[in-house]
Amino acid sequence: MTKKSKRESRRRIFDRAYNVYAFLMFTFLYIPVVVMIVFSFNNSRNNTIWEGFTTDWYGVLFEDADIWIILGTTLIIAIISTILAVVIGTLGAVGMSKAKFIGKTFTATILYIPIVIPEIVLAVATLLVVRQGGIGLGLVAMILGNTTLILPYVFITVKSRLAGMDPSIEEASLDLGADRGYTFVHVTIPAILPAIVSGGFMAFTLAVDDLIISNFLANAETVTLPIKIYSQLRRGINPEINAISTLILLAFFICIGFFLLASRIREGRKRRLEQADDAEI
Amino acid sequence: MTEWIKNPEIPAENDMIVSLLNVEKWYGPVHVVKNMSMHIRRGEFLTLLGPSGCGKTTTLRMISGFEEQTSGLIMIENENVDMKEPYQRSVNTVFQNYALFPNLNVYDNIAYGLKVKRMGKAEIREKVEAMLELVQLKGFEKRRVDQMSGGQKQRVAIARALVNEPKVLLLDEPLGALDMKLRKQMQLELKRLQKKLNITFVYVTHDQEEALTMSDRIAVMNQGVIEQLDTPKNIYEKPGTKFVANFIGETNLFEAVITKKGEIATVGTECGNAQIFGDGIEEGENLYVSVRPEDLRFSDEPVEGFSIRARVKEFIYVGNITKMIAELPTGEDIKFARLHTGSLPEVSDLINVYWNIKDGIPIRIREEKTVTDLKNAI
Amino acid sequence: MVKKISNSAVAEKNKRKRKRKMLSNGILCAPIVIWSFLLIVLPLLCLLFMSFMTKGPMGTVRYQFSLESYATIFEPMYFTVVEKSVFIALWTTILCVLFGYPMAYFIARKGPKMSGVFMMMLMIPFWTNVLVVVYSFVIMLNNSGVINSILLFFGLADKPVQLLYTDGSIMIGMVYMLLPFAIMPMYSSIEKMDKNLVEASKDLGAGPIETFFRVTLSLTKPGIFAAVILVFVPCIGFYMITDMLGGGTSIMIGNVIYNQFTSARNWPFGSALSIVLAAVILIMLLVYTKIGGDLDDLGV
Repeated sequence: MTKKSKRESRRRIFDRAYNVYAFLMFTFLYIPVVVMIVFSFNNSRNNTIWEGFTTDWYGVLFEDADIWIILGTTLIIAIISTILAVVIGTLGAVGMSKAKFIGKTFTATILYIPIVIPEIVLAVATLLVVRQGGIGLGLVAMILGNTTLILPYVFITVKSRLAGMDPSIEEASLDLGADRGYTFVHVTIPAILPAIVSGGFMAFTLAVDDLIISNFLANAETVTLPIKIYSQLRRGINPEINAISTLILLAFFICIGFFLLASRIREGRKRRLEQADDAEI
Repeated sequence: MTEWIKNPEIPAENDMIVSLLNVEKWYGPVHVVKNMSMHIRRGEFLTLLGPSGCGKTTTLRMISGFEEQTSGLIMIENENVDMKEPYQRSVNTVFQNYALFPNLNVYDNIAYGLKVKRMGKAEIREKVEAMLELVQLKGFEKRRVDQMSGGQKQRVAIARALVNEPKVLLLDEPLGALDMKLRKQMQLELKRLQKKLNITFVYVTHDQEEALTMSDRIAVMNQGVIEQLDTPKNIYEKPGTKFVANFIGETNLFEAVITKKGEIATVGTECGNAQIFGDGIEEGENLYVSVRPEDLRFSDEPVEGFSIRARVKEFIYVGNITKMIAELPTGEDIKFARLHTGSLPEVSDLINVYWNIKDGIPIRIREEKTVTDLKNAI
Repeated sequence: MVKKISNSAVAEKNKRKRKRKMLSNGILCAPIVIWSFLLIVLPLLCLLFMSFMTKGPMGTVRYQFSLESYATIFEPMYFTVVEKSVFIALWTTILCVLFGYPMAYFIARKGPKMSGVFMMMLMIPFWTNVLVVVYSFVIMLNNSGVINSILLFFGLADKPVQLLYTDGSIMIGMVYMLLPFAIMPMYSSIEKMDKNLVEASKDLGAGPIETFFRVTLSLTKPGIFAAVILVFVPCIGFYMITDMLGGGTSIMIGNVIYNQFTSARNWPFGSALSIVLAAVILIMLLVYTKIGGDLDDLGV
C-alpha cells in the first residue's frame, strides 16, 4: 500500500467514525421525541410503564374541551408575543442602525439581559413590576413577560443581518426617487426578511415552550400547556399530553413542509423562466 | 446673481447644469472638501480624479444628496437643492458596488424608479425594453441579479439609473471591480452612451488613464481642493500645479527661479540653467519646470541655453520603447522615455540635458487658488 | 458678510433636515427603548429594591431596609444548595461543550445548505413541548423503564438500578435541554473562522491534531465561551428539570428562588438570591467580552 492510499484510508475511517458520532448524537436528541410519540399510544393513565397500544388518548383529547382552551391560550400568548417582538425588534434594529442618541449603546446592551440572565430572575423581576404596576396576573402580564423574553432574539438576528447588508442599496432606492417609507417597505424589509423570519420563528418556538415566565405570571384562567404539564409532573404526565404534543410537532412539520414546498415551487418556476431566457439567447 | 456672469471663469447660466459654490465639508474635525467651487456644463463628461481620500466621492455624494455640505451652495439647473432629499433631485447615481436590489430581477431593478413614479405598466415596459437594448442586455429580463457577472451587473446599474432620464448621471468608480479587459471595453461603451444620450456624466475615479480616455474635462482633486479643472489634453500637457504634474503620468520636476525674463526666459536650477517660454513671468519668481520623460532630450554637446548635466544610471527596456534614468549632481533621478535604440550612451556617461522650449512647462507657485470674487457674489 | 448669512442659512436648513431624519428614526427606536426600560431595567430595579426589604409575618413584606436576606444566603443550608447547583451546572456545561463541539464542527463542515438542515434538526425537539419530551427520560430511566429492562434481560443487573432521581438523571435532562444552545454559538464561530488558517498551519508543518489545538480551537474560543454561558446560566435556573428528574431529592438555586415566590413566600430572600445570581453572571459576561467575545454570538 502506498503512503498516499494509507493516508486516504485513515481519513476514510476517521470520516466514518465521525459520521457515526453525529448519528449517535442525533439519536440522543430524537429518542425522547420518539418515546414521547410512542407513549401517546400507551394504554395507561399513569404514563411511565408501557401497558399496551391504544389510540384512545387521541379520542379523549378531541373531547377534552379544557385542553383545547389551554392550547388556545398558549397559542394566543405565543402569537401575540411573537408579533410584538417581531415588530418592535425589527423597527428597533433598523432605527438603531441609523439613529444616534444618548443611551443607544446602553439600550442595545440591556437587550442582552433576557438572554443572559436565568429566566427565573427575569420572571420574578417581571412579577414584582406587574404586581406593583397594578396590571395583575393573567394574559396581559404573560404577553408582556414573554415578549420581553423573546424580543432580544428578533432584535439581534435582524441587527446582525442589517450589519451585513450593503447600505448602498437603500441609497440606490432614494436615488431612484423613492422616499424613506417606500425604501423601507420595498428594499430594507425584503433584504432583512430572512432574519425577520428566522428570528420570529425562534421567538415563537421559545414562547410556545415557555414555562418559567408564564408560570409566574399566570392566573387560574390562563393556564398554558407547559404550565399544565408542569402541574402533572408529580403524578406522572397523562398520555393525553403526549398526544397533543405529538400533534403540535406534526403541525409544525406540516407548516414547514408547506413553506419549503412553496419556496421550492417558486424557485422552480424562476429557474424554468431563466432556462427559457437562456434558450432564447 | 448677475455678477457671476461677468466673471470669465463662469459659463453662461443656461450652460451650467450643476454648480458648486464655496462648498465646504467637515466630518467632525476632518476637513474633507475645502471651499470648492465648480461649474459642470450641460452635456459634458466631467471626471473627478484624485487619490483615495481626496474628497471626490464626498463631492459626488453631496451632489446626489447623500451628504450635506457644511456650508456653501449646490445648484442643479440653477436651483438650490439644499432642502431636497436625494429622492427629490433630478440626478441618478451608478454605485461603486452596483447596489442592485437582490430581491428583484433585472427587469424589476431597472423598472424600480419608474414604478416609484407610478408610471403606467405599458410605458414602463417600453422604456425598460429600450434601456435593455441600449445596454445590450436584451433577454436577461427575468434573470436574478446574483446570477450575473460583474460586467452585466454594471450594465443593469447603468440602465437602472438612465431609465429615469436624469439631468446628470453620477458615477462613483463604476468600473473599479472589473478586470482590466472588461474595464477598457466598458470605458468605451460608457463614452458612447454618453455621447448618444447627451446626458451630463460626472464620473469619479482614481485611475488617471481612465479619466484621460473618457472625459471632456477633468477636475484633479487633492486633499479636498480642485487642483486643476481642464481638458485632458491641457491637464496632461499644461499641468497647473506640482501635484497635477506628478499625479498625471510621469514627469521630471525641476525647482527653478527665473533669472532672465522675456519671451524666452532663462531659469536657474540647482544643476544649471534652462529655458522656457516666459509669458507673464516675472524675474526672481520661484517655480517648478515640468518636463515629461518623452520630451526630455540629451546630447553629447552642450545645447545653447541649457547647462544641466547628468550621469546615465540605468536603462529599462519596456517592449518597443526604452527608458533611461540619469542622475543629476544633486542625486535626484531624471527619466527619459521613447528613446530610439540608435545612438544610446553608455552607463555612467555624462550627458547634457535639454528640451524643446515649448516642452518645459512652468508650474507657478501661487497662493491657494480660489475664486475669491465668487464669495462676494453670493 | 453676505456669505456668513448664506452659510448660516444652509446650516439652519441642514439642521431642520437632520431633525426630520432624527424624528423618523426616533419613531422606529421609541418602542424598543421604552419596552426595554419598562420591562427589563425597571423590573430589575424592583428586584434590587425588594432584596433589601424585610420579610414580614405570614409571607408579607415589610418595607424596611435590611440586609437579612443577603445574610440568609450564607446559612449552611443554602450553601449546600449553591454547591449542588454549581456542581450540576458545571458538569452539564462540560458535557455540553465536550459533546457539542465535535457536533458543531461536523455541521460546519457540511456546507451552507446541509448546515442549515442540520441546525434545524437540532431544534426540532423544541418545536413541541420540550417538557413532555424530557419526560421521556422519566419513562426510560425509571425502575421498570426500558433501560432497566434491558439491563435485567441481559443479566447485567440482578435488581433494577436506581437511574432516575439521581444527579446523573438531572444532568442528562439538562444536557438534553441545553445541548443545541451550546452547539449554536460554537457552530457560528467555527463557520466564521478563516479556513485558510487551517491550511496555512498544515502548510507550516503542523499535523492535524496540533493544528486543531493551536489554530481551530484557539480561534473558536469565543464560541466556546458563549456556549459555556448559554449552558451554565439557564442550567442554574431550570427548576422544572430538577423537579422532574431529581424527584425533589436534590434542589438547585432555581428551585429555592421558585419556592420563595410560591410556597415559602419570602420575596425579599428570593429577590436577594436572584440578584446575586444575576451579579455572578454579569461578571462572567464581563470576562467574556474582555477575552474578545461578541455578545451577538449569544443570540443566534
